[in-house]
Amino acid sequence: MSDMAAESSAPTELPRAKTDWLPLFLVPALALLALPFVGSPSTWVTLTLAGLAMGMMIFLMASGLTLVFGLMDIINFGHGVFISLGAYATLIVLGPLAGWAQADSIGLNLALLGLCILCAMAVTGVVGAVFERVIVRPVYGSHLKQILVTMGGLIVTEQAIHAIWGASPIPIPLPQSLRGAFVFGDVVMERYRVVAVVIGLAVFLGMQLLLNRTRLGLLIRAGVENPEMVEALGYRIRRLFVSVFIAGSALAGLGGVMWAFYRQTLTAGMGMEVMVLVFIVIIIGGLGSVGGCFVGSILVALVANYVGFIEPKLALISNILVMALVLIWRPQGLFPVARR
Amino acid sequence: MSTSPALALPFDETRRRSGFLSTLLSSDLPRSRVLSVILLAILLLLAATPFLFSGSQPVGTAAKICVFIVLVASYDLLLGYSGIVSFAHTMFFGIGGYGIAIALERMGPSWGSAAIGLVAALALSAVLAIAIGLLSLRVRAIFFSMITLAVASAAAVLASQLSNITGGEDGLSFQLPPSLRPAFRLLSEPIFGTVINGRLIAYYLVFFVSLLVFLALLRIVNSPFGRVLQAIRENEFRAEALGYRVVAYRTAASVISALAATIAGALMALWLRYNGPDTTLSFSIMVDILLMVVIGGMGTMYGAVIGAALFVLAQSYLQVLMGAGSAALAGLPILPNIIHPDRWLLWLGALFIVSVYAFPGGIVGRLRQARQ
Repeated sequence: MSDMAAESSAPTELPRAKTDWLPLFLVPALALLALPFVGSPSTWVTLTLAGLAMGMMIFLMASGLTLVFGLMDIINFGHGVFISLGAYATLIVLGPLAGWAQADSIGLNLALLGLCILCAMAVTGVVGAVFERVIVRPVYGSHLKQILVTMGGLIVTEQAIHAIWGASPIPIPLPQSLRGAFVFGDVVMERYRVVAVVIGLAVFLGMQLLLNRTRLGLLIRAGVENPEMVEALGYRIRRLFVSVFIAGSALAGLGGVMWAFYRQTLTAGMGMEVMVLVFIVIIIGGLGSVGGCFVGSILVALVANYVGFIEPKLALISNILVMALVLIWRPQGLFPVARR
Repeated sequence: MSTSPALALPFDETRRRSGFLSTLLSSDLPRSRVLSVILLAILLLLAATPFLFSGSQPVGTAAKICVFIVLVASYDLLLGYSGIVSFAHTMFFGIGGYGIAIALERMGPSWGSAAIGLVAALALSAVLAIAIGLLSLRVRAIFFSMITLAVASAAAVLASQLSNITGGEDGLSFQLPPSLRPAFRLLSEPIFGTVINGRLIAYYLVFFVSLLVFLALLRIVNSPFGRVLQAIRENEFRAEALGYRVVAYRTAASVISALAATIAGALMALWLRYNGPDTTLSFSIMVDILLMVVIGGMGTMYGAVIGAALFVLAQSYLQVLMGAGSAALAGLPILPNIIHPDRWLLWLGALFIVSVYAFPGGIVGRLRQARQ
């Protein structure tokens, strides 16, 4: 007892977790490295900005998956279908409010985008809750079965999208005032990409604040480290799991809306196509790390843009090369998450 | 990674019996009367298809079943016996197909060029499988799934982009060696009303090579090597503690599986006289393979036979049935959409989920349980 008393009377300064800065320098280092190869600075700025925006969109789609994996140790191969589902959910809003997209008012256009996002997040959140209950819950703890069963969920949900909205691709127009690009001198930045950067940054900062500054975030982080202990302290870890899964699905829906407006066509397979990138990103970032996912997304998007400009043939496999290099350097990804 | 009792088949030394059949099947007999009857029926039907049915569609379906049995069995070596999920299996299938297609198209239709193509494809597959295995199996099995997915999609993109080598999206059509062409006659007289031509020889080439590879795989999973794989699947740490090098065994399993898939791809290309991204490389084939393995029965080679036969038949004939059902329900709101012929995957997907939960041993596990 005296030991404990002595400990508690010691200075209350807790040792702070050391921030791992090295991977963070990777992004600016890569950008600077690419500069001499690209040549013209204005092209370089254009490529970098476009890459950043692309990275934000990938981050939006990947963040939910890595969050779910981090807390629940669940790998959801069906995550891609939530991206598709979120994209198709925009049709619910775009149908009755088609006029808002044509209106030449930035307020109405952004309101429409906001409504689309809300609707998509609501739909994917609800489907996510069902998905968790029906598909995922019976297979907690077994990765092999999770992969299989979520693939099954993917097939069924994708077919259900076909059954509800039809199998042919559906074009969706970008709202009027989000088309076109801002031009500063030789630097070009598509307007829509600016919106994507703003939303991506907002989500990233929101997640960081939630995870690091709130009680809920504390519980989630504690759950990642040791779920039994959190449960023993009287918190319902199951409820936490479900809400994180719903949040992860809703984030996929949000990413799906952004991705859909970027592509301007809807197909049921669009989520699965982008899943390859998403997996690469979360492997690079370290499975379960939101910050790593953010850095990884930007890294992958920037490399794809630079390589696509310098040597287009190589761009097809640039992602794989980045992943291989990162894994050789750090086999657990940029920010390894402590595993139980 | 726990598996259900239905999956775990403890090796019983008393099962090791002598006798021709037992040796042929590596002492791994079907162990269920119904299963034996079904397997025998599939074997006999596949062996006799060209003589039983007229027209090219049944023979084509039978050849596809043969090829998929090999493909699915080799995948089961990974999924069912080693407990790792790969999404790059179609990549190796495609490499086999492209090996044959490129060799026969570039070097002329001879057996020599087919052999060169096959050997080159096997070598490429082995190198890729080793590289992927060493890079990703070192860390966690779950990395392997994601990395193989990424690599496979890169391979599919490469195949459709490098059009001067692979023919791009159109794929490659090529001529077979003369003795496999329809115009070739082995015998001047038809047997049982069937002309013994090159097409028939091609079918039996596919049939017998598939049978051989299947028996070889059966031999491998019942060898001491196969036991170690199952031990690793059941408890990785314990196997490692016993002194087995888990990474080496898993990598070896993925190489063997990749080689068998390459052979299946080569057979597919030989039969179709064509290879393209859609016939061997697409992600939907990967999904099909998963469905076949799980519905047929993971961890049993016979599951591959049942799964492949059932799935290919369903692919060809279930849609007809569903079309009739859909037409009968026309006028109702969403029901006709759900049983529309194009939605057949919806139902197989649901069956797949139910399989994983309710009977992890698939159809084969179910039949074997019923006997006990």
